[in-house]
Amino acid sequence: MTTMHGGGVVIAGAAETDEVGALPEHSVLRLHGEAARNALADAGLQPGDVDGIATAGHNVVEIAHHLGIAPRWLDGTSVGGCSFMLHVRHAAAAIAAGAADVVLVTHGESGRSRVGVTPYSIGPDSLKGQFEAPFGSTAPFSSFTVPALRFLHDRGMSRRDLAAVVVAQREWAFRNPRAFRRKPITVDEVLDRPPVAYPFTRDMCCVVTDGGGALVLTSAERAADLPNGDRRVYVLGSGEASESSLVSQMDDVSSFGAFRRASAEAFATAGIMPADVDHLMAYDAFAHVPLYMLEDLGFVSHGESGAFVASGNTGPGGTLPMNTNGGGLSYTHTGMYGMFAIQEAVRQLRGEAPAQVPDAEVSFVQGVGMFFGAAGSLVFANRLP
Amino acid sequence: MPTPESAPFWAGTLRGELRLQQCDDCGRHYFYPRVSCRYCGSSRIQWRQVSGHGRLVSYIINHRQPDSAGRQPIIALVELDEGPRMMTNIVGVDADPDLLPLDARLTVEFEVRGDQAIPVFRLEGAAS
Repeated sequence: MTTMHGGGVVIAGAAETDEVGALPEHSVLRLHGEAARNALADAGLQPGDVDGIATAGHNVVEIAHHLGIAPRWLDGTSVGGCSFMLHVRHAAAAIAAGAADVVLVTHGESGRSRVGVTPYSIGPDSLKGQFEAPFGSTAPFSSFTVPALRFLHDRGMSRRDLAAVVVAQREWAFRNPRAFRRKPITVDEVLDRPPVAYPFTRDMCCVVTDGGGALVLTSAERAADLPNGDRRVYVLGSGEASESSLVSQMDDVSSFGAFRRASAEAFATAGIMPADVDHLMAYDAFAHVPLYMLEDLGFVSHGESGAFVASGNTGPGGTLPMNTNGGGLSYTHTGMYGMFAIQEAVRQLRGEAPAQVPDAEVSFVQGVGMFFGAAGSLVFANRLP
Repeated sequence: MPTPESAPFWAGTLRGELRLQQCDDCGRHYFYPRVSCRYCGSSRIQWRQVSGHGRLVSYIINHRQPDSAGRQPIIALVELDEGPRMMTNIVGVDADPDLLPLDARLTVEFEVRGDQAIPVFRLEGAAS
C-alpha cells in the first residue's frame, strides 16, 4: 500500500521552463506548457499518462485542456505563492488514496512581461479593499513588508540583518548562471540601494520575472519502473496552514502561526528534527521572510536568525545551506515563487544543482502565500529513512 | 466601499467615531466586522464606540508611491487600547524613522476621501 508520507510518493519528474527571466515572447499558457513538457520528459512520461492535475494562478480546467490531459483528479487550491507546496501535499494524499496515479503540478507566470495574464484587482468592498487598500497597502512591497520593523525591534535586530540575507543569497546566485541578480554585494551596498519601502531597499525585495516549472508525482513503486527512476525524490512529510488574508490581522506580527503549524506537521510526518535537515529552501519574497522562517520552523531560537545568517551559516559552505538557487531575491520570482523553491530542492537532492551542496540528503521547503496568509511545508529526501 | 456587515463601521467614521464590534459573551472587541465573535463564535455582538487611542506596532515608509503633495505615506499597524489591530496611515509627522519610535502612543482622526472617511492616526502630543 502506498503511504502519503515516508517515501510512498515521489517526485518522478521536475523541470523549469527552458529559460527564466524576461520572456516577452512567452504567454502564461506557453510557460505552463513548456514547463509541463519538460517535466514529463524528465519523468519519461506522456500527457496521456497523467490522470491528476494541479495548478494555481490560472484555471486548472484550462491548463488541463491546454496540455491535453483528461484528469480524474483536479486541485485548483490557490493560496498564493505556496500553492504548489499544498499541491504536492494534496497529490501525495490522492496518490496514496488511489484517487490519482500520476499527478502533474504546473506553474507558469508572466510576472514581468505580463503576456496573457488575467488582470488582478482588489475589489473595493473586499476585506483588503476596505481595510488595507485605502491606506496604500496594496502591492506586495507595501503589504508583506509592514510587520518587519516589529520583528527586528523585538529582537534588537536592525536593517543590517535584512541586508545580510541578501548578501548570503547573492553568493549562491553568483554560482547560478540562470540567476537574475548575480553580482556579489555587501551589507553596506544593499543598504545604499534605492529605498522601496523603508526599511526595505531594492535588493531586499525579490526580482520580478517570467517563468514556469512543473512536477510529476507518482508512487515510489511506479517510479521505480520509469527510465529516470533512480533520480526519484521521496516525499517524507508535509504540512499546511493558514491565518488571515489581511497582513494587518496576523495573530502575532513578529511570528507567523502558519509557519509554526505547517512546519511542525511536516517535521512530525517526516519523523525528523531540524538538525536532520541538510538543505533549506525558505521562500524569500522579501528579506525578512527567511528570518521569520528560521525562527518559526525551529532552526534557531528566538532572536538568533539575524546573527545566524550574518555569520555565514546559510551561505556556501555553511551549516544550513539556504536558498541555494539565489532565492526569490536573486534567482527568479514570477509572483508565485513556490514552484522554484521546490525545483531547487529536487535539483539538490538529485545532485544536479548549479551550486551543489555536497551530500545533501534531506531538504526542507517552506512556502508562504498571500503575504503572511498561508504556509506550506515539504520534506524531501533522496533516500528512504 | 461598505458591505452590510461593515456599514456601521463606515457610518461611524463619517460621524468622527471609531466603532468596533464587541462580544457580549466573552467581552472582547474584534476587527474586522463579522457576523459572529471572532474569538468565541457568539452571535451576541454589538457595535460600540472605542477610545481611538493605541500604539504604533510597525510601519513602512512608501518611497515608491508619494501622495499628491509629494509626501511619502507612512503605512502603519496600530494596536488599539481595546485590543484589535488595524492598518492605517500616520499623519502629521515627517516620514522620518527617527520621529516614529515603535510603541509610540497614537490617537485617531478621520480623513475624508470621496464619500468615505478613513481612520488615520497621529502621534499623541503632535500638533494637529
